[in-house]
Parts: sequence; C-alpha cells; structure tokens
Amino acid sequence: MITARYHREIPQRYRLEAGKCKKCGFIAFPHRLVCPKCKSQDFETIRLSDEGKILTFTIVRVASDKFSKQTPFAVGIVELKEGVKLTTQIADVDVDKLEIGQKVKIVFRKIQEDGKAGILCYGYKAVLI
Amino acid sequence: MRDVVVIGAGMTKFGELWDKSIKDIFVEASLKAIKDSGVDHIDSIYVGAMSSGLFVGQEHLGAILADYLGMNPVPATRVESACASGGAAFRQAYLEVASGASEIVLAGGVEKMNDGADVTEVLATAADQEYEVYQGITFPGLYAMIAKAHMHQYGTTREQLAAVAVKNHRNGSKNKNAQFGFEVTPEQVMKSTMVSDPLRLLDCSPVTDGGAAVIVASMDVAKKLNKNFVRVIASAQASDTIALHSRESFTTLNSVVKAAEKAYRMAGIKPTDLNLCEVHDCFTIAEIVVSEDLGFFEKGKGGEAVLNGLTSIESGKIPINTSGGLKSKGHPVGATGIAQIIELFEQLNGKAGGRQVKNARIGMAQNMGGSGASSVIHILEVK
Ligand SMILES: [Zn+2]
Repeated sequence: MITARYHREIPQRYRLEAGKCKKCGFIAFPHRLVCPKCKSQDFETIRLSDEGKILTFTIVRVASDKFSKQTPFAVGIVELKEGVKLTTQIADVDVDKLEIGQKVKIVFRKIQEDGKAGILCYGYKAVLI
Repeated sequence: MRDVVVIGAGMTKFGELWDKSIKDIFVEASLKAIKDSGVDHIDSIYVGAMSSGLFVGQEHLGAILADYLGMNPVPATRVESACASGGAAFRQAYLEVASGASEIVLAGGVEKMNDGADVTEVLATAADQEYEVYQGITFPGLYAMIAKAHMHQYGTTREQLAAVAVKNHRNGSKNKNAQFGFEVTPEQVMKSTMVSDPLRLLDCSPVTDGGAAVIVASMDVAKKLNKNFVRVIASAQASDTIALHSRESFTTLNSVVKAAEKAYRMAGIKPTDLNLCEVHDCFTIAEIVVSEDLGFFEKGKGGEAVLNGLTSIESGKIPINTSGGLKSKGHPVGATGIAQIIELFEQLNGKAGGRQVKNARIGMAQNMGGSGASSVIHILEVK
C-alpha cells in the first residue's frame, strides 16, 4: 500500500465535505470540477449531514486479501438527507438482520490496515440508528 | 462510412492455461483467425486487455503481441475499457475499416488471470478505487447490491437468478471451448458457497485465461477472398458514472440503454428482429438486467422470462448466451467481447453445431465494463 495515497488530506473522506453547484444546486460527493447536470464550474463547499438510510446492501463473504480478515462484513449504498449517495460499510450490526430502508448514522472509523505493522486507514462507516 | 465485415475468427480454449503465457495465448488465437480468414497480411492490430499490468506485470501489449505474431512493423494498440475492452477493441477495428484508413484489421482480446495476482483486487480497479473499493466492496458485491435492489423493487427471485446459470451451463456444455462445459442444476446453484449475498459462487463468472481474435475487413476484401462473411450493421458505445452509487437507479444500466438505442437506430431494426444475443453475464443478475435494458422484456420481467425458458436456444423468442456466456464459457476479461463476436460469426454462418439457432440471421453482442460504466454493442447480420 502506498502511504501517501491514504494519508494525504482528503476532506470528503474525513469531514464528509461535498461541493454544491452554485447554479443548479447539484451536490457532488466527492467534489468535482464540473457539474454533471449543468456543466457549471462554480461550487461551494458544504458539510453533509451524517444521517441517512440504506438503499441497497450486500454482505461480503469473499473479499480481496486486504479485507479478508474482516469477512463477513456488510457494505451498502446509503442516501444521506441531502440526497447524496455513498458506498459504505455498515458496522456494529448482525449482518443477517439488515434491511433496505433502515436508518443509519455516519461515523468515523478505521477502514483497513496494511498488514501487521502497516499504516492504518480511516474513513466513514454507517451504523444503525 | 463504408460496409465492414468479419471474415475470420479464432480463439483458444478458455480455462486455466498454466502452460501458456499471455503472448502464447494471443498468438494462438490470432493465427487461427488469420488462417480462417485467408488473408495474407493485416494493416493493423487492436488488442483488448483489461489489466495485463496487474495480472502478469506486462503493459505495452500492442507492441509485444505484434512482435510475437511476427507482424512488425504493423501498428498495434491496446484498448482498455475494463471488461468491455474486447468490445471496444472490435469497435476500433470497425471504425478504422469503415473510415477507409485500413482494409484488414485484426481485433483481438486476451487476459491471463491465473498467474498469482489477487484477482478480486485487480478486477475491483474497474470500480471507483477511492469511493467504492476503499470500503472493501468487490465486483460480486457491486452486482449483489444490484441484485438486492432488483429483488426488492420487482420481486425477482433466487430461483430466477439460478435459471440464468442453469441455461448458460446447458448451452456451454455444447461448446468445446468452454471452461466449465458441464450442466448444473438449480439446487447446485442455490446451495453453492455464498460469495456476496444474494450471489453465490455459481452466480459468478469464473477466473479464466484465454484469447480470441477476429479479422475485420472491407467488403471489397471479402468479395475478393470469396469467403463466408458477416456484416457489422451497428457499432455503438455509451458510458455511465463509474460508481454505482452515483446513479439514479440501481436496477437499470443506462449505458446499456443508451448504446442499445444507438445500435438499433444504426441497424434500422427492433429488438424483436434479433435472432440471438450474447450478453455480458458476469453475474446472473447482469443477464436479467441487461435483457430488460436491451428491450427484450419489460423492466422487472427479465427473471420471469429466463425461468420460463424464453431465452433458451429452443425458445424462438430470443436465445441469450448460446455460447454458454461468461458464466460457463469463461470470462478472460479482455477476450470476452471478441469471443461474443465469434459466437455470432459461427451462429450466423450456421456453424454452431449442437447449439445452433435455426435460421439465425441477425445477432447482437453486448459487452460491458465495471458495474456498467462502459457498454459496447454490436449487431451483425448475414445476408
Ligand atoms: Zn449544476
């Protein structure tokens, strides 16, 4: 794993920051330079709310080597209040009891680690409310 | 643009080819295609490969393959659009001949996936690395989320997913090049190891080594050679957001819808005019969603259709994946799009043996990359 790729400043990953198009209101998460809806390049930075609901999910039972120690784990697509959707693990849950439509809260967690003595990588996960 | 035809095809057996390098695999398929076509030279080469760099540590595939094919100084370029690399390479060959820039172009595809790489991680590079894969999602996982949404929205069932695998294995059992050319039962599919709920091992296409190549030429060349040929009557491609979560719907693949609209318009035909279709069944749910997005069935009815046999070879409605599809034939990622064209070439020439669709005249190949961020569609016709 390349340390710089994971330890650089990533405001969207660490602070849930998004770009809101000043012309049409589209919210880009992560931020973009061009609005896919109206092509404007004029954005303001906003902080997303940390509550949302599960639109779809799966339970990963066979993962890449990096995540194999965490299996089984749940990953879902969560829609936040602003309508922004993101892919996130759903933590602290009995994976067999998850359902589409459940309400979740976004929290800050460790996502992966690079082997025994490697760097720790942080980011957001969802937990049921 | 002028008429473009396919005049020859060749492929390796798909499977775990431990005794062959990526060069051996590509050259074997290409030599077969050249021999089949009867041409004595080619003007250029396009090769589709998704991730030779991560699978075997080799980039610059165009050059290395032209070299080992003994074809220097013919121009050769690798084309990459994830799992749609083969279809995209074919499209480049089509465009080069259609434009008049070349007369004879080799369009190939190759992937050597069994060489020690973490295949799950390599395939995941076709998704958004920072906003999907970082969370631990895999490709089976992404399609599982599509399946979950489709089941929730339309009532698609586990039995319907299994019916895709059962049909494709039945077709693949009649294909000598198939990696897993044996039949499976619905029970076997539904009891196989869970990979990513609700998708099980037998819902997933396998990890495969393989190569495929076709010779694309102008009508003038085909007439001079007096060979069997099929005409390319549509070539279309479309894109969608790289991340599944960025889309308005998880149960429709917009790149497939858009590419299909263009392809039908270009060919001047309707979905009901097709006699067969090779679709990108990387997972069972993908075939169901795509069969709806191509206009064969109403949205949400794809699962019911496959369970009721409407997509079998004998159905008469629309035979899908007569080759066995990615599921049974195998999915050497970059070669898949070309292998689909080869199935159409054989079917339209009446040479598909035990899996022949009667009176097949028009066929479609639908190849896609990632969770649908790229889709390439071709329609071929025999007169
Ligand atoms: Zn905008």
